[in-house]
Amino acid sequence: MVTTVGIDMGIQTVKVVVLKDRQVVARAKGFSGFEPTKAAEEVFVQALDAAKVAREEVSLVLSTGSGMDMAPYSNGTVSMMGADARAGVFLIPTARTVVDVGAEEARAVKCDERGIMMDFVVNERCAAGAGTFIEAMARALEVKMEEMGPLSLKAERASPINASCVIFGESDVVSLIHRQESKPEIARAVFDAMADRISSMVHRLGINPDVALVGGVAKDVGFIASLKRKLGLEILVPEYPEFVGALGAALTATSRAKGASK
Amino acid sequence: MTEPTKDTKEFWRWEEYRRVCSDKSWDHKDVITAGVDVGSVGSKAAIMIDGQIYAWAVTRTGSNSPDSAKKVMNMVLKDTDLTQNDIKYTVGTGYGRVNVPMANKAITEIACHAKGANYIWGPSVRTILDVGGQDIKAIHCDQTGRVTSFLMNDKCAAGTGRGMEVFADLLKIPIEEIGKVSLSLDEEPEPVSCTCVAYAKTEAVGLLRKGWSREKVLAAYTRAMAVRMANLISRVGLEKELVVTGGQSKNMGIVSRIENILGVKTLPSPNWREGELDPMLAGAMGAALLGKALYVKAQGN
Repeated sequence: MVTTVGIDMGIQTVKVVVLKDRQVVARAKGFSGFEPTKAAEEVFVQALDAAKVAREEVSLVLSTGSGMDMAPYSNGTVSMMGADARAGVFLIPTARTVVDVGAEEARAVKCDERGIMMDFVVNERCAAGAGTFIEAMARALEVKMEEMGPLSLKAERASPINASCVIFGESDVVSLIHRQESKPEIARAVFDAMADRISSMVHRLGINPDVALVGGVAKDVGFIASLKRKLGLEILVPEYPEFVGALGAALTATSRAKGASK
Repeated sequence: MTEPTKDTKEFWRWEEYRRVCSDKSWDHKDVITAGVDVGSVGSKAAIMIDGQIYAWAVTRTGSNSPDSAKKVMNMVLKDTDLTQNDIKYTVGTGYGRVNVPMANKAITEIACHAKGANYIWGPSVRTILDVGGQDIKAIHCDQTGRVTSFLMNDKCAAGTGRGMEVFADLLKIPIEEIGKVSLSLDEEPEPVSCTCVAYAKTEAVGLLRKGWSREKVLAAYTRAMAVRMANLISRVGLEKELVVTGGQSKNMGIVSRIENILGVKTLPSPNWREGELDPMLAGAMGAALLGKALYVKAQGN
């Protein structure tokens, strides 16, 4: 039996997955904060406790995510795109495109039936196509971030919004509030604007169905609905989409550990 | 001139002011025109008499464009011997140009900035960088101030006036001093890696925690913004003379770094504090000048 751990050092949260022979035995998550390494240590210990696994039993620990080099106990790293492809196809075997929308970055990965990454596109350095955008707009609308999705589903149309930048989007939202546009319609406009950016990224890569959506933003029903409309096809979302990066790292660790033991 | 705010918590707040050239005398006052530039962040107005500047004013744009236009028009008329009725033709420009109630016509800010830069600095101006509240434009023009090509970087707050305001607030450095402060180090730091204002907040906090001084963070950010702007100028095709208009023309940290990157000198920004022409008013001045041309044409002269 091979026990491995994957650590995803995201900008906002750290995710840890523990695998025993490719079966998930524990997941744990915590905020990265200003000391991501320390935060990750806590989440790591929490995950092992939940899995009832002692540290000596772990064959290999691999890390991924933008802070992968800061991961504790890590024996190596896996690229974010590689992790997305591997875990995306593992969870949804028909997926050939994995779209990952996180707090500060979005990417689309094209992959084959084995979960090997073929090509990818990344949107970084701009907050308008990532989770931060929803957070900022929720603040401007004075609703909780989790309420944005359900709220947007009540809208019959989207408000006219030029929300291509978080900084400008905030003032757009404020002026829409002053014009007494309804909150559901503004919320829908926020998701539509994001979905616009993400779908153009997917189109650059070439749509290769099925499309799986993963990452923290994949839990947002409002964003899923908007992306579905923009792409004009079904979007498959696995259970626990925010753990896909960590799972990909852990799966890669299992392959490497087995390869080494042969 | 309005009193600068006493509230030290608002580091983004810049000076709103008005000025009248009452020392000049006009014998005829044949054609009096106005330009109203309702920008996304600032509203500007200029009154010209026979194609010569008479008065100008700058204020902050509110949430309602028509109100902002009226406010800045009232400001510019105050202390002059003119009323709204004396103005023969008004051109609206800028982000809110279609919402200028007193305007006879709306003209894009690109055309107005080129014309205004030609007026402020003369016919040798060929390339203009206009950094406004919500966009950055590189404009190429001919000797008459007519636009020959332009490039725009919109939809992103990095480097725009609004982005700089967010940064000034974040670092607690008054917006009118950020240029000087960004140049206060002996050694220029590497530019920051991310230019997104939303992320810059996270990155800046991280750098400050690492022990960077506010000056160093500001210098690294300003450097990154200048690189962005220099790229835009290069893409439109840099031809001398280069000038900078819009609110960021007052940010010497930006202007001097662009000069270093491109290896050229910009024509100096007039000393607007001492009463010379304010490059932030280029759009409004250009609008008033284009208004004069349109009025004369309509009269059949």
